[in-house]
Amino acid sequence: MWQALRNELHPKGLEIVTVALDVDPEAARAWIEQTNPNHPSLIDSAHRVDELFGVVNVPNSVWIDEEGMIVRPVEPAWPERDNPPDWQTMADSPDVPEQLRETLKLARNIRTQPKEYTDALRDWVEKGRASRYALPPEEVIARSGPRGKAEAEAAAHFELGQYLWETGRRELAPKHWREAHRLQPDNWTYKRQAWTLADPFQGPTDLYDSCWVEDVRKIGAENYYPPLNLTPGGGK
Amino acid sequence: MILTSLEVDPKEFEARTGWAIKPEGACKDHICVPLAAGAHAGKLDARMLSERLGMPLVHDADAKVWCLGPEAMGHALTTARAPELALPDYKGNQFRLSSLRGQKALIVTWSSW
Repeated sequence: MWQALRNELHPKGLEIVTVALDVDPEAARAWIEQTNPNHPSLIDSAHRVDELFGVVNVPNSVWIDEEGMIVRPVEPAWPERDNPPDWQTMADSPDVPEQLRETLKLARNIRTQPKEYTDALRDWVEKGRASRYALPPEEVIARSGPRGKAEAEAAAHFELGQYLWETGRRELAPKHWREAHRLQPDNWTYKRQAWTLADPFQGPTDLYDSCWVEDVRKIGAENYYPPLNLTPGGGK
Repeated sequence: MILTSLEVDPKEFEARTGWAIKPEGACKDHICVPLAAGAHAGKLDARMLSERLGMPLVHDADAKVWCLGPEAMGHALTTARAPELALPDYKGNQFRLSSLRGQKALIVTWSSW
């Protein structure tokens, strides 16, 4: 998905590092091998970037300059695509399972801003620090998302669940993941990861209190990603 | 950080959390937090780290395992200096974010789900 943009911007000094958030590394590996990428394509089975950078959804990005300073913290990120997915046609297909159909119908209304995002990225690659999209350190920290007691505890419970899952005590994982969901309800990676291991369509199960369709309906699909904040000093 | 006892090795702690144990306390970038007296020598007590750095310590009694979470200091980032990120690539080779110093880097998440 990011290969074309990488090929365009790598000669100008940008490397793109993709990070797959998958408790099951094989699930991610199969996808990556199909695309045979020429940039670092990492597998993060413990969702380490959630903790390190405050990632809460996919796709989320972080921009880092030549000196190793973060100049834009976590925000939604989309490449421009020649053939964006046609959710409506997929939803209309007669052999789509019902749960997936509801998901696809909601996906139609998810707001994405690939043009604005990639224009900002190109501007930064060209101008560096002088780009209006490169933020000063204090604004980077301020915009990096909340990490109070609840969010920190959610991270600990998610990690503990992942560790128990990975070390073969899978029946002990869901109670920690439920805690992570309760403590940080707007972290979609914690929820979608857990739901998908219980049901590939992320539908309702006995293990969790909610599911993707229900939660997205509650907030409204248009609010699934926060709007890009491309104004310097634009708050938050 | 997963713990099977409440004793924390300072080197592992630094590698995992970015907090270096120095005579003046636990330090990340320009921030230093004082630790209990004598804490910089030898193993660290997870409960002391939890209390001083605002790191939640959660426990699974069945598995007898603890997890020391990230510092709750208000924001996901405590400093704008990028943390070290060490992860395997899809071929199993270890990648370190610091290997990209001198280039701009865009880190972007995705998933199979």
